Amino acid sequence: MGKLFNNRTGIMFILLLAIAFPLVFADNRYVLYIMTTCFIFIIAVYGMNLLAGFTGQLSLAHAGFFAIGAYSVGILTTRYELNFWLALLVAMVITCVAGLLLGVIALRTREHFFAIYTLIVGYLIYLLIDKWDSLTGGVRGLIGIPVPDAIGPIEFTSATSMYYLVLFFLVISIFIGVRIVHSLTGRTYIAIRNSEELAQTLGINTRTNKLVSFVVSIAYAGLAGGLYASLTRFIGPEIAGLEMVFNFLIYLIVGGLGTLTGPIVGTMIFVWLTQFLQSFQEYRMLIFGPILVMIVIFYPAGLAGAYFSLKIKFDEARKKRATKQEQKNSLESSKIQSREVS
Amino acid sequence: MELLFQQLLNGLTLGSVYFLVGIGLTLVFGILHVPNFAHGSLYLIGGYVTLMIMKSAGVHYFIAILLSIIVVALLAVLMERLVFNPLRNAPPIHDKIAAIGLVLFFQAFVSLVWGNDYHRMITPFGDAVKIAGISTSPQRLLVIAVAVIVVVLLYLFLKKTMIGASIMAMAQNRDGAFLVGINTNIVAMMTFAISGVLAAIAASLASPINLVFPGMGHLVILKAFVVVIIGGMGSIPGAIIGGLILGISESLGATYLSNDYKDMIAFLLLILIMTARPKGLFAKEAY
Repeated sequence: MGKLFNNRTGIMFILLLAIAFPLVFADNRYVLYIMTTCFIFIIAVYGMNLLAGFTGQLSLAHAGFFAIGAYSVGILTTRYELNFWLALLVAMVITCVAGLLLGVIALRTREHFFAIYTLIVGYLIYLLIDKWDSLTGGVRGLIGIPVPDAIGPIEFTSATSMYYLVLFFLVISIFIGVRIVHSLTGRTYIAIRNSEELAQTLGINTRTNKLVSFVVSIAYAGLAGGLYASLTRFIGPEIAGLEMVFNFLIYLIVGGLGTLTGPIVGTMIFVWLTQFLQSFQEYRMLIFGPILVMIVIFYPAGLAGAYFSLKIKFDEARKKRATKQEQKNSLESSKIQSREVS
Repeated sequence: MELLFQQLLNGLTLGSVYFLVGIGLTLVFGILHVPNFAHGSLYLIGGYVTLMIMKSAGVHYFIAILLSIIVVALLAVLMERLVFNPLRNAPPIHDKIAAIGLVLFFQAFVSLVWGNDYHRMITPFGDAVKIAGISTSPQRLLVIAVAVIVVVLLYLFLKKTMIGASIMAMAQNRDGAFLVGINTNIVAMMTFAISGVLAAIAASLASPINLVFPGMGHLVILKAFVVVIIGGMGSIPGAIIGGLILGISESLGATYLSNDYKDMIAFLLLILIMTARPKGLFAKEAY
């Protein structure tokens, strides 16, 4: 799998699979719907990964910003009857501005304090949505969010068209994420993650870099939220809740914190697993909770990380075997040579 | 005027619960540098164990509390051994995530075993008394009294006993404590056990006032973090002051501002404080 993602044909193959998916399940709206939700969550988790995995700042406010994106789209389209595309744009601006404001303050705190601060801001967003009845509809939520407006002849009324729309955004999100990580900026983030003091000594402006990384990461959450609102057509305050951010965290950690494939693998596995365990829904955390703990203890880099480290070990072993073989060969040939000489 | 005094008394009750939970949190953080998000789960389990022992075995409230203290302390030690000890040298992001895993597990566990209903815990004390024009319940007075006793005992334990001294030594410098022959493993377990004891006491005391339900740990732990940060992480007197500030401002806010938004007061307080002082109000510089 790692090999697939490393070369161009592999990526093309997976992309083709994703494109062909609705053709296989054309008549199964349920499967398409779950897959589309899965893609939306991947976008959000990708954002979280950029911040937590690469810059090393664990923000627990992401469900809050996911909800801000969703509610912005919901309120703008239902109450002000704004065009979906415009609403999505405005929603992203709103989330980014909110993220910038929070980031300026929150990033003054470090490590544990940052996590606690963002956890509480996230919870505050949940409380606000829950209590601010006149704007958000409170516990009843927002109903009747329209599907995205048609672009020319393309309409987004069917499950298949929604699937392709979200896939489009997912591919762009991943592309941007990968480009960021492989750029100098990405290296800068990793330097900050590994040691903030050292990065500062190298002349990196850690404050600006952390802030930019934070806002980009929030933008992912906002985009995912906006798409989620128009996919489900109904949103309630629980999308800002602790459960949501913990879900994102599980997807990320099990998939692989700080890896590019991790968020995809983790989200896919868990969203589908949750579907299969539907009857078990309420108690699934009895299993997922301990899995999270064990992954953190035994495989800190998640499934993707475990795969890569296994692969490195395997490659090294093969190389060692190869060199040994070579030595043996050269030894034998020299023996033969010496025999011939004598 | 009477309303004000009554609310101050209620605030004192709330504050006592908050600082009991907060002290446990702050001890674990100050000594082991673990911000234990799962501390709320200890509180949750503490409340349920007391309630269920009372209901099924029909024992007296105080005996149930005692049993609950033992169960939760053991659970806290188990937590330290199985989860936080293996992560001692991991990056700081890891023990936070592991703690969240524990939170998810315990909440699901409680709703599986005891269901999602709200339970009422009945104490042997009567309903309401009127003292100098202020009506209150004996339970509220008990909360305050027990909290004061517990804090005094904890103080004596930390200052006057050998184990207490070694805990304090480890808070100052883990490697140094190890060098002078303190068994850091035992101290770590002791610290977690104490935090569990405090959580169980707080939950058992607060439950007759607040009801028992699977989500009860969430709000308490979030507020305990506020308390601990107001007080500067790692400081016990700080946690007491922080708890009282929070309890009183919450109870006054609920009366004079809006009952709907009372939970937000704590979090807005935290945001204000961390904006002004990123390390908390009374934070010591060296950590």
